[in-house]
Amino acid sequence: MSSASLKPAAIPLQDPGPTPREHAAVAAAITACRDLPGALLPLLHAVQDALGYVPSASLPMIAHALNLSRAEVHGVLSFYHHFRTSPPGRHVLKLCRAESCQAMGSVALEALAKQRLGIDYHATSASGGTTLEPVYCLGNCALSPALLVDDELMGRVTPQRLLALLDALESGS
Amino acid sequence: MLSIAENDLGTPASESDLLVTLDIDGRSIRVPAGTSILRAAALAGSTIPKLCATQMLDAFGSCRLCLVEIEGRKGYPASCTTPVADGMKVKTQTPRLGTLRRNIMELYISDHPLDCLTCPTNGHCELQDMAGAVGLREVRYGYTGANHLDARKDESNPYFTFDPAKCIVCSRCVRACDEIQGTFALTIQGRGFDSKVSVGQNESFLDSECVSCGACVQACPTATLSEKSLIELGQPERSIVTTCAYCGVGCSFRAEMKGEELVRMVPHQDGHANHGHSCVKGRFALGYATHKDRITTPLLRKRISDPWQPVSWDTAIAHVAAEFKRIQTSYGQHAVGGITSSRCSNEETYLVQKLVRAALGTNNVDTCARVCHSPTGYGLKQTLGESAGTQDFDSVRQADVVLVIGANPTDGHPVFASQLKQRLREGAKLIVIDPRRIDLVRTPHIQAQHHLQLRPGTNVAVLNALAHVIVTEDLVDTAFVEARCEAPAFTKWRAFIAQQQNSPEALERETGVPAGQVRAAARLYATGGNAAIYYGLGVTEHAQGSTAVMAIANLAMATGNLGRAGVGVNPLRGQNNVQGSCDMGSFPHEFPGYRHVSDQAVRESFEQAWGVALHDEPGLRIPNMFEAALDGSFKGLYIQGEDIAQSDPNTQHVTAALSAMECVVVQDLFLTESAKFAHVFLPGSSFLEKDGTFTNAERRISRVRRVMAPKAGYADWEITQRVAQAMGYPMNYRDPAQIMDEIAALTPTFSGVSYARLEELGSIQWPCNAEHPDGTPTMHVDAFVRGKGKFMLTAYVPTDEKVNARFPLLLTTGRILSQYNVGAQTRRTPNVVWHSEDVLELHPHDAEVRGISDGDWVGVESRAGDTVLRARISDRMQPGVVYTTFHFPESGANVVTTENSDWATNCPEYKVTAIQATRVSQPSDWQRRHQAFTEQQLELLGPARTTRP
Repeated sequence: MSSASLKPAAIPLQDPGPTPREHAAVAAAITACRDLPGALLPLLHAVQDALGYVPSASLPMIAHALNLSRAEVHGVLSFYHHFRTSPPGRHVLKLCRAESCQAMGSVALEALAKQRLGIDYHATSASGGTTLEPVYCLGNCALSPALLVDDELMGRVTPQRLLALLDALESGS
Repeated sequence: MLSIAENDLGTPASESDLLVTLDIDGRSIRVPAGTSILRAAALAGSTIPKLCATQMLDAFGSCRLCLVEIEGRKGYPASCTTPVADGMKVKTQTPRLGTLRRNIMELYISDHPLDCLTCPTNGHCELQDMAGAVGLREVRYGYTGANHLDARKDESNPYFTFDPAKCIVCSRCVRACDEIQGTFALTIQGRGFDSKVSVGQNESFLDSECVSCGACVQACPTATLSEKSLIELGQPERSIVTTCAYCGVGCSFRAEMKGEELVRMVPHQDGHANHGHSCVKGRFALGYATHKDRITTPLLRKRISDPWQPVSWDTAIAHVAAEFKRIQTSYGQHAVGGITSSRCSNEETYLVQKLVRAALGTNNVDTCARVCHSPTGYGLKQTLGESAGTQDFDSVRQADVVLVIGANPTDGHPVFASQLKQRLREGAKLIVIDPRRIDLVRTPHIQAQHHLQLRPGTNVAVLNALAHVIVTEDLVDTAFVEARCEAPAFTKWRAFIAQQQNSPEALERETGVPAGQVRAAARLYATGGNAAIYYGLGVTEHAQGSTAVMAIANLAMATGNLGRAGVGVNPLRGQNNVQGSCDMGSFPHEFPGYRHVSDQAVRESFEQAWGVALHDEPGLRIPNMFEAALDGSFKGLYIQGEDIAQSDPNTQHVTAALSAMECVVVQDLFLTESAKFAHVFLPGSSFLEKDGTFTNAERRISRVRRVMAPKAGYADWEITQRVAQAMGYPMNYRDPAQIMDEIAALTPTFSGVSYARLEELGSIQWPCNAEHPDGTPTMHVDAFVRGKGKFMLTAYVPTDEKVNARFPLLLTTGRILSQYNVGAQTRRTPNVVWHSEDVLELHPHDAEVRGISDGDWVGVESRAGDTVLRARISDRMQPGVVYTTFHFPESGANVVTTENSDWATNCPEYKVTAIQATRVSQPSDWQRRHQAFTEQQLELLGPARTTRP
């Protein structure tokens, strides 16, 4: 996929590229976003929304579509913690670590979540049920401490509510 | 590491004419508006500490070391990103600034390996310098915290290492790759403490899109990116400005030396052709100069089947003279001749043609430009009046529309391509006319507005169709044509080009280019503002090469795109001195300065200066020499730095002609393909070993300076001089400067050129004479050299080289970035990691119907011969067209090409050969014979390779 002159043009043989499912999702995101101004971020969001992650193997496709280099796409993708390059667990739990939530007890919630799931941040529980991520301010400070589970915002989180939530996420309900 | 000899002012110069006065540390200074405070301070003599800033790159403001205080402003702005303002009062050194800078340095140093004494850039490290400048005395954080010291080193690139443990993440490398080179191979990955320089998607340099131009290595303020040669040899102690001997861009370099050893080449920031940039060849591929294959002893043999005998210079020179005299006595005065080289200097080329004309008494002298840009010389002389490009490279900065036809600048002229890409990223429009989808058509941040993907051999048809649209849609610049061009010729041309047969619709079937695309491209070229045409051998190396050059000149004249910056007709010259070798009278019909040998006044001036009678009839061109050799009337040939047995078409015809001669003298660095057919080998010198001048594609004459002694004892000009003396003709030049003085005295376009003036101006674009004492960046400004421009009729005549059932594909040939022409130099460097064999690129459809898979051996057969290459399936190609390069002799690309040639100049039609491609399992007969012959010749060379007599 490289357009560099040092390498004669060739159809890469060894690079397996994205899977058919990944390819379809990325192609759809490209079609939807390529003509937007500053298309890269909306496109990466569209891919992650569709697949839950942005496959590394799809970066050449994205770079080619937007006429960027692979390095540029990689730079943007790796800059934002929101984007991931491998599939997350069935649910993504984001705990707010910003000032207001810390003042209202989020540090204890963090410890609880890590202990219950047996993982640190940026990891997925052994059951594959939950991926734990930190987040810096969900804009829900009036209802601190807050968290985001998948697309759902939860405020006034207590240890009890968090444990109940984690049980639900881990049991697959 | 920056050059050891250049002072960096921190940010690029402002081009504003408006001047601004400000006060820096109590000193008043006037600088152009838009200048940064950092640069203004450097000009005023106040050095502000900096790390992320360099004058090669736009200001970035990330290192925060160049903070200053400005009276009346709050805070501590970064001086690199803050422009000067009238009346501004700046302080660059205060106790508060000192504290801030120390604090910043403290953080940098807390995460840096403190191995300065054993570090390759010790003494020339900007980080080390800044620690000293800010007075860093302690690191309160200690060195045991989180750090990057275990980061893995990337040594995959053959020429430089990437050691991220030493990286300060200033982004200079990333910005150099983006802004200067335009490849965008690097990025910063992650954020905060995790940020690091990433190549591609966090891969090795060798696996990435990196083109190894070295801009990042030069920009690096630490030893993170360092040349392997610097690591191995240590720091250079002196620097000599010279000119690159690869392509026609003619980049200026500082050869940084340690004694007689070249430590590294650093592109010269004041170089007018390259402005501090380079490519992988010019900066890194120098190993050939000291390669073990260099022959450093004169060699003789009677027959080409005999072993070579090492002899003294005296014996070799006497033998050459005796043989040439014997041949002239037995077969006549015109049975001998010479070939000059576009790789050698102006002075050397001038001497070879002088030797042939004055000492041998014949005009049988020709040059390798015969096989590349001879149609440029002819076509531009006919239309505009001078055999050269009309602009300087910097002109592209003012172009609004760029038309690239038959050229692949990112591979062939990479440093100019980077400049072109900068302009395209600023918004200039691009039209590409090429059978292949070259990189420029679509590459990060560049997208051609139109790619006219024509069938090989139909350039003239497409150019005529473009002109047809311009004429019939009333897009002609009538005022320009009326004022500047011959009216009768224009009227005739207008009537011709307006004929329906030249319309895009009529020619669509022939060219394969949809008429709508041609019309849109013509409108853009004619109405898009300053429009500039850049072309290469894809225009000239055709049966109608000269016609196409004239069609290009017609287009430029018709639209008024000549005579000012931003426009013009720009041949991209292939070799370092192809312009110069043509200027110096290398063609059999012309004296230096493109003046015909039949011109009595000119001839008399040379007769008087040279003290001999000269012939008034043109001599033999290279192909005529071959014909004459085969019919027995041409027996002796002196070839300086040219490898006709690999580079000229129909190899078997060339080698048969060489085999028919009695004395072939080859002066070169290596046992080249031609040298395998030679009777005398005179060891030549590389460009590092001699003084002289090269003239690049923009007519720029630049100095080549000797940085080491000639390996075989003599510079090439001295060898030619000795041959002349042995022939009984007096040549007694002290040095090349004296040769240039003679050239200037005899050539009106060079009369103002001298080594003293070159020293003063850096370089000079000819014409340089009383009228243009400082040279001529743009030609034809008020009038054409021939007076009025002349439109030439350019009827399209299809080439005789046609596809049929037996030869259904069209082969076209070209070059690749990492290798250079016949490859004698680049094949002897680590550049082979990028390209170790020539391959046949073909379209997936053509491969599929033939059952060819990527990597298969493919037999390539034409009417002239056959060879075998490995297949590379590529969607760059169009169906029916295949492509290869000619860098490796065993590829036999020119065994396949035919003797068809340009009607006016005999320039070979390399770009169109009808072939068949079939899957095969073994090399061709020619390749087996070639291999056996090569083995035999190396055997015959035997110990001579390293022996001194």
